[in-house]
Amino acid sequence: MTARTGYLVTAACVAISTVMLLPLVYSMLASIKPTAEAAATPPTYLPHGVSLDSYRRLWDYQEGLLTYLGNSFGTALLTIVFTLLLTVPAGYGLSRFPVPGREVIFVVLLLALIIPYQALLTPMFLMFARVGLTNSLAGLAVLHTSIQLPFSLYILRNTFAAVPREIEEAAVMDGAGSLQILLRVFLPPTVPAVVTVTLFAFITSWNEFLGALVMMSSSAKFTLPVILATARTETSLGGTDWGMLQAGVTISVIPCVLVYLLLQRYYMAGLMSGAVK
Amino acid sequence: MQGTRRNRWTGLAYVAPALVFVLVFTVYPLGRMIWMSLHEWSLIAEPHFIGLDNFRRAFGDQQFWTSFRFTLMYTVLITPVLIVGGYLLALLTAPPSRVRAVTRTVIFVPVVIGLGVSSLLWYWLFSTDFGVINRILLDLGVIDQPVLWLGVDAGTSNFAISTSVVWKVIGFGMILFVGAIQAIPTEITESSLVDGAGYRQRVTRVVLPLTMRTVLLVTLLSVIGSLLAFDQFYIMTAGQPQNETATSVFFVYLNSFPYLRLGYGAALSLILAVTILAFTIVQLVLTRRSES
Repeated sequence: MTARTGYLVTAACVAISTVMLLPLVYSMLASIKPTAEAAATPPTYLPHGVSLDSYRRLWDYQEGLLTYLGNSFGTALLTIVFTLLLTVPAGYGLSRFPVPGREVIFVVLLLALIIPYQALLTPMFLMFARVGLTNSLAGLAVLHTSIQLPFSLYILRNTFAAVPREIEEAAVMDGAGSLQILLRVFLPPTVPAVVTVTLFAFITSWNEFLGALVMMSSSAKFTLPVILATARTETSLGGTDWGMLQAGVTISVIPCVLVYLLLQRYYMAGLMSGAVK
Repeated sequence: MQGTRRNRWTGLAYVAPALVFVLVFTVYPLGRMIWMSLHEWSLIAEPHFIGLDNFRRAFGDQQFWTSFRFTLMYTVLITPVLIVGGYLLALLTAPPSRVRAVTRTVIFVPVVIGLGVSSLLWYWLFSTDFGVINRILLDLGVIDQPVLWLGVDAGTSNFAISTSVVWKVIGFGMILFVGAIQAIPTEITESSLVDGAGYRQRVTRVVLPLTMRTVLLVTLLSVIGSLLAFDQFYIMTAGQPQNETATSVFFVYLNSFPYLRLGYGAALSLILAVTILAFTIVQLVLTRRSES
């Protein structure tokens, strides 16, 4: 590569990175503008002062920000727990045992992978309503688990299948039961895959919108994206509270970006193993 | 033999919870949806069987066609941008270097944030009086009065929403393309260099054919994602003007939830699911063919 192409590549990289980051940075800057400036027409490019007013208003918005953060984190946590409890044993079972009806099980899983959850929402809603799972964080977590399960199981099954048989045989010789083998032999080397599944479950649940919109009827149970979407349409005296909305965007974005930057390696590995079949 | 038989049932015991979960929360709702689609049901009254009337009604429903056509148009507009754009970004960032790797990470950041939240962000950026996009265009002298981007005209709404979605998801295709490009054995690229191939030739004759499988996969995922579009339209235009920007999922949502036409909503869902299944099958066939 010549020096000139080198400079061109660097320039292109810097330009593209700037374009990608600008909306997020601009939103964060807007969230710390003083109240009057946040509602100014035309909008200012850079804040003329720093204020936490927008965050204060968000903190007190309707049931209070803590409620919505709690709902979002709670649902994401339950989704992670459900997903792991279901897919770790199933991945182990499918990768190491001659399970009766394997082929049928694979077809069922493939079906679950292809059918979009958006298309199943009405029957799910009716079913959940009958057993009291609507307007409940646990119910929403069940819905999010159903979205996440086939992909997670696929990743875990493949990872477990790649664990060398010799290690397992040694444990069998020592008289370990299958559950012990799963916990002591299989889990330690497959921690990266388990982290990947956890990460994907978190991001799916934290970001999911339509299901949360449909399932939750009282605003006290809304997750962050849903309460922010309602804040958008708020047209009391001053119209939309743009500063507060950007504070909300900032707060929603931070956990995802942080988790992604810290666990990038796992995220990419999961994406590749999920896509390249 | 005794051991093997125990094994079979031990294996099933491990798989059973996940299997039961999928049967209860995916397979059963699917069956229920098919059943619902054959009934007239408004939740208040008892459902009653009407055969295929819901489907007949859908195909004669002007609103259904508007939403279906709009969704297809959105899909047809956005997919090439995502594929070509994602591929160009992958060509730029795939070779090993620090700057390229950092750029790749940055381009991927919007992928991990929520579509709902990114739509709120762009709803603000495109807002008529408070949005920075109009401010920039005014300052540059491109326009002389603020543009009403969202919810007034289907065309500008579609453009604004597509821009936001491209920003949000372009990194997804890029990452898969980067994976495919990096998986090409170095001997192949080196031998094409020895043969005196220029960069453009190398890309079109060597790199592109060897990553065709991934191009097909990303195309399918983009098409499915676009056909299922909801969050961005619900948030940025709420279907306005006059439901012209209501996508298929939006239309299903309106019928099933606010309007409580449960049977009709189920029939619409089923049409959507079958459309997606059809695209998946076409992709599988194309992938097979590209390999043989």
